[in-house]
Amino acid sequence: MAKRRLTYLALILIGVSAFFLFWNLRGPVGFILNLRAEKLATLIFVGAASGAATIVFQTVASNRLLTPGIVGFDALFIFIQTMAVMALGSAGFATLPALPKFLTETAVLTLFATALFGILFRTGARDVVRMILTGVILGTLLRALAGFAQRLLAPSEFAVLQQSLVASFNVIDDELIAPAGIALCVALAVCLWMARGLDVASLGRDKARTLGLHYDRFVFLALIVVSVMVSVSTALVGPVIFLGLLAASLAHAALKDHRHLVLIPAAALIGATILVTGQTAFERVFGLQSSLAIVVEFAGGLLFLALVLRRSS
Amino acid sequence: MITVSNLTLRRGGSTVLDQIDLQIPDKGIVAIIGPNGAGKSTLLHSLAGLQKPDSGTVEIGGGDIHNMKEQDRAKVLSFLTQSQGAVPRLSVRDLISFGRWPHHRGRPTAEDRAIIDDAIDRFDLNALESREVESLSGGQKQRAYIAMAYAQSTPWMFLDEPLAALDPKYTRDIMDRLRGLKDRSILIVLHDLSVAANHADWVIGLKGGSVHCAGAWDEVITSETLSDLYEVRLRLTEVENQKTVIWG
Repeated sequence: MAKRRLTYLALILIGVSAFFLFWNLRGPVGFILNLRAEKLATLIFVGAASGAATIVFQTVASNRLLTPGIVGFDALFIFIQTMAVMALGSAGFATLPALPKFLTETAVLTLFATALFGILFRTGARDVVRMILTGVILGTLLRALAGFAQRLLAPSEFAVLQQSLVASFNVIDDELIAPAGIALCVALAVCLWMARGLDVASLGRDKARTLGLHYDRFVFLALIVVSVMVSVSTALVGPVIFLGLLAASLAHAALKDHRHLVLIPAAALIGATILVTGQTAFERVFGLQSSLAIVVEFAGGLLFLALVLRRSS
Repeated sequence: MITVSNLTLRRGGSTVLDQIDLQIPDKGIVAIIGPNGAGKSTLLHSLAGLQKPDSGTVEIGGGDIHNMKEQDRAKVLSFLTQSQGAVPRLSVRDLISFGRWPHHRGRPTAEDRAIIDDAIDRFDLNALESREVESLSGGQKQRAYIAMAYAQSTPWMFLDEPLAALDPKYTRDIMDRLRGLKDRSILIVLHDLSVAANHADWVIGLKGGSVHCAGAWDEVITSETLSDLYEVRLRLTEVENQKTVIWG
């Protein structure tokens, strides 16, 4: 049953990907196909990583309302970008070599996330209110610092900064796709390797420990993997907070299964399908009149509110 | 046998367990009783290696439980916690299968499946095995979780208040089934003294983090002991061959 549903999800992704690649293909076919393939790879990597990371994060946090982005990833990304523009100026920032910039951002985001998750989980933990509050407070602090710094920027510098702050799937440096893809594929493989342990971890800390799982070490490893996936995605296209929540919720609804060995690939496939479908619609139907990231965030935010309200009622 | 030596545990400035020395015999049912806040659950968690003491040792299965690797410990004792985490979509069979995790680490063998079938049979869960755990009644759910602990095939089963919020029918059902597990040693935290009186072979009475009394039930428990333990007048009596504890 679960395998069949996974197969359907994979077929849907293949279908929308083929549509994205080949629909309305005119002019220099090789050149356009190459461009579309690079964009498709980015959409699939980011969507899959967001979905899988959210499933893993929700399990170790014992809460299906959470998404790793809620602890202030977007604010840190804005802060890093602002500081970079401030330090280097608009010309320096715009001419930064893409790969070192991407690697530095990924490293900083990963370190921040691992430290934050580690502290939150060690000090009491799987308390959703505390985690959200911490995320909100840290996010507010970083946004305030970034806002202050932005006031000191020249208008031309501010314009360059604004362009880099919204998640964008349209302009991806092809130099980044391979390293990001490798990192995300390795992280996804580690998630699948941890899947059976995640099943046990979902029973809770004490129960998992009495079943022989080295829970604290296991959770820390899971959080590092989540941090890597979210950080690579964010550094690649910008912050997309609620995509993972959408993908994870749809994966739970579609599979009706507790096993991570099927939930992780399902969320990855659904996350990728959402982005590829959305980008296809925006590029081919709406003629790039809006931003996919904004719509995904809007839909994901509504889902988050719906889940919170349903739980509280 | 579990040998506890000088076990002391402090939390937030207060002593929760105070220099506990015990030798707990294996085979049969050992009840931990005592008033609220006496340290019963903390003692059970500490004996299971889930809470590290400030000092003292717990020798079980040939080594100190707090120095054992998680995986080795899971082959010595199974533990039923007071509250169970809710896992949506988890079937009763899948829940019981988790009991075999320490042995197969996610890749069950034919032997594991046979043990899971035996646990399902023994706890009369055949009709429920495909049901989601979350859809079961309190008593059925508790039976499923105890079956999971049983499937772990450990010499010791630790159960932390497994009868909490259960009606008399399920209480009796679960205690009768536990009584039937002749090859296991069961350490159980109980609040219902009549249940303890009728089912426990051995008893540990805790008060203020210290051992108030310990030994074979018939040898150490009297009306006076219970009254002193709970600081209220209690009487141990018999009605139609059933021991019962009443106020008095």
